[in-house]
Amino acid sequence: METAWFCLLAVMVTMYVVLDGFDLGVGALHLFLSRTEEEREEATAAIGPVWNGNEVWLIASGGVLFMAFPKAYAGAFSGLYFGLIIVLWLLVGRGLGLEFRHQLDSPLWRSACDAVFCLSSAALALVFGVALGNVVRGVPLGADGYFSLPLFNILNWYALLIGVFGLVVLAAHGAGFLAFRGTGDLALRAQRWARGLWIPEALLFVALIGPTYAVRDEMLQNLIDHPWRLVFPLLAVAALAGIFIFQRARDWARAFASSSLFIVGLLTTMAAGLYPNLLPARDGQPHSLTVDNAAAGSHTLKAALIWWPVGMALAVVYFVFAYRMFFRGAGKPQLGTD
Amino acid sequence: MSDPVLIDRLQFTLTVTFHYLFPILTMGLALFIAWLKTVSYFGREDHRLRPFRRTEAEREAYESAARFWAKIFAVNFAVGVVTGIPLEFQFGTNWARFSNYAGGVIGTTLAMEGVFAFFAESVFLGIFLAGRDRVSPRIHYLSAVFVFVGSWLSGFFIIATNAWMQHPVAYSGSGDKVELDSFWGLLTNDWVSWQYLHNMSGAAITGAFVLAAMGAFFLLSGKHEQFARISISVGVVGALIFSALQIFPTGDRAARNVAEHQPAAFAAMEGLFETENGAPLVIIGNPNTDTRELESTIALPKVLSFLTSRRWDARTTGLNDIPVDEWPDSVPLVYYAYHIMVGLGSILLAIALLGVILLWRGSLFTSKPMLWALMLAFPFTYIANIAGWVTAETARQPWIVYGLLRTKDAASPAESVPAGTSMFTLLGFSGLYLLLGIVFLMLIVRIVNQGPESVQLPTTSTQAAAGAGEA
Repeated sequence: METAWFCLLAVMVTMYVVLDGFDLGVGALHLFLSRTEEEREEATAAIGPVWNGNEVWLIASGGVLFMAFPKAYAGAFSGLYFGLIIVLWLLVGRGLGLEFRHQLDSPLWRSACDAVFCLSSAALALVFGVALGNVVRGVPLGADGYFSLPLFNILNWYALLIGVFGLVVLAAHGAGFLAFRGTGDLALRAQRWARGLWIPEALLFVALIGPTYAVRDEMLQNLIDHPWRLVFPLLAVAALAGIFIFQRARDWARAFASSSLFIVGLLTTMAAGLYPNLLPARDGQPHSLTVDNAAAGSHTLKAALIWWPVGMALAVVYFVFAYRMFFRGAGKPQLGTD
Repeated sequence: MSDPVLIDRLQFTLTVTFHYLFPILTMGLALFIAWLKTVSYFGREDHRLRPFRRTEAEREAYESAARFWAKIFAVNFAVGVVTGIPLEFQFGTNWARFSNYAGGVIGTTLAMEGVFAFFAESVFLGIFLAGRDRVSPRIHYLSAVFVFVGSWLSGFFIIATNAWMQHPVAYSGSGDKVELDSFWGLLTNDWVSWQYLHNMSGAAITGAFVLAAMGAFFLLSGKHEQFARISISVGVVGALIFSALQIFPTGDRAARNVAEHQPAAFAAMEGLFETENGAPLVIIGNPNTDTRELESTIALPKVLSFLTSRRWDARTTGLNDIPVDEWPDSVPLVYYAYHIMVGLGSILLAIALLGVILLWRGSLFTSKPMLWALMLAFPFTYIANIAGWVTAETARQPWIVYGLLRTKDAASPAESVPAGTSMFTLLGFSGLYLLLGIVFLMLIVRIVNQGPESVQLPTTSTQAAAGAGEA
């Protein structure tokens, strides 16, 4: 049952990164991709109706982590204190930059909001990567389940590498989104960026295998010991190739779908490589927080296995309904009417 | 300022208080926007029910009032969302030992809030704001209802979490952590129902008074008369209904729960030091914890005992019979917060009652003093709501989970989060929220200046998307 919750949590986090990932990517490239006021309007309008719903996946993932693995929630969030608080501040900046830019009809105000939106989105993509990098690398957990990492130890070389990779992947994801959602020059520029970003995306993907092996060799061992888990890295590789092929074929919708699958592949590989650890200790020290020693009581987990599917089914219905409404007719079809 | 727990408490006080200013209005306005949409959707000239007997022109006016309030709602909601996220994460960052201790129980209600309430709320708000011309009137109406249901469900899960901290039930466990025994027991905690209704009614009072205040402001400035009349009428009637419910039965029952389960909290709220048979209800007085006396009092003899147990001579425990280490750490704070809440609640009820009488007699819209009173009353609803929460949270001290875990043992370990670190983030939050508050007020003032009859400028990116869709 603990394992089931590990998987469900991985699903929710992955949903978050895929969905809010394109919002963050659009944001991170905002100042470069969109040149004119019309284009900036179009770029923010493309994610405007959905970013808030996408962000709920983060809140819901946090809630489920708290519910199912309170010890990991407590240990990780207090140990990565600065990283988390910075994420919170950036989320405030991103949300308000996006929501408030239409509120005042002044070019200066809009430029200021655009800058806040762009910088906080880019920084969020980086910091999320840094946080995942620290989880993979492991943290100096004590016997009581807590640890402490000062800010500049959170920003270690491996975590920063993963952070840069996260920024590149999400920027490419956002460019891919606008490549098929945008119109006119915006779409063309987004397509160029999406193609251009594929190269560092692929290079970093290959280049990070070595360092990851260096900081956590059990991860590779874990995958090899359970060969079926190799489907996840294979999915990532196939999706990466898919992005390239569909970009060349100018099939931007499928390229974006491949980019989503690439993110799914990356995060599931990480989850499969870490399991049964939720928050590993550094360098093979004891005291790792695992699905067993960090889980809540069995009644909580059993009850949640009943209410969670109901709530998720409802959420999926809402999302399908809303995405169909917003993404039907609002994009390319109106191209000719402008 | 080297006590990390104190700084963690200050930071949580700041972030939760600032955040809650926005959901008060979100939950209150969601109710009244749903009502305006209901009248506009179901209204017919020959409707069986009187409130729905509306001409075509009146329905239009209700629809346009709902549009205007939706603009205010959207800005308010955005600030509520961005300031709400830090709260969920601060349980982990600043209150790690509490999370570790109680996560097995309250994680359930917090996770359910995300899964059941936030998805519905955020998705349907997107449809409500962007979809006016994209979906049928029925779907648009339903999305307003779903936003209301989502925001009130979210309130329920938060209150269920807080109710467990006030009155832990359905758990088993030892010294270092507790686990949930009964899922239904957690949701049907007998503390939940009255606290929930009391809290939601408080939010509805704010919504109602904000409606009335906006209407009064427009009438006094001689602008947007039709909109103003609708807002004032709906506002004062709503204000009367919910101000009455706030005192009886919800406030009465919530207070009796405190009296029954948290005697120290109750004694501090009432400023009662001596245990008495037939305790008096204090209207005015200053609690002095050094001399253990209530100074300069005006009190109604025996009324307190009657209110709590319906017997004039019932015994009510005073603070003197409770060990000092179980007293709330600031008795005067609890006492004053509680009396400010009750005093303001009573005054607001009187204003609402007078407003409804004038409305009934047909002189409300021309009575300048009454319009001024309505225009200036709404900030006090915020103060009353916040004072109520200050009462609930400070009266529970020194416990974070009543009777089980003390607040001083609940913060993150000082090795993980030293005092200096949380001081830094406390200052950061203060600055960020100050800026946020200024921008929020600036935007609200601008929406109000544009008025309900202005051309529909897009107010959020959500609405801009609707605009793009129409292009």
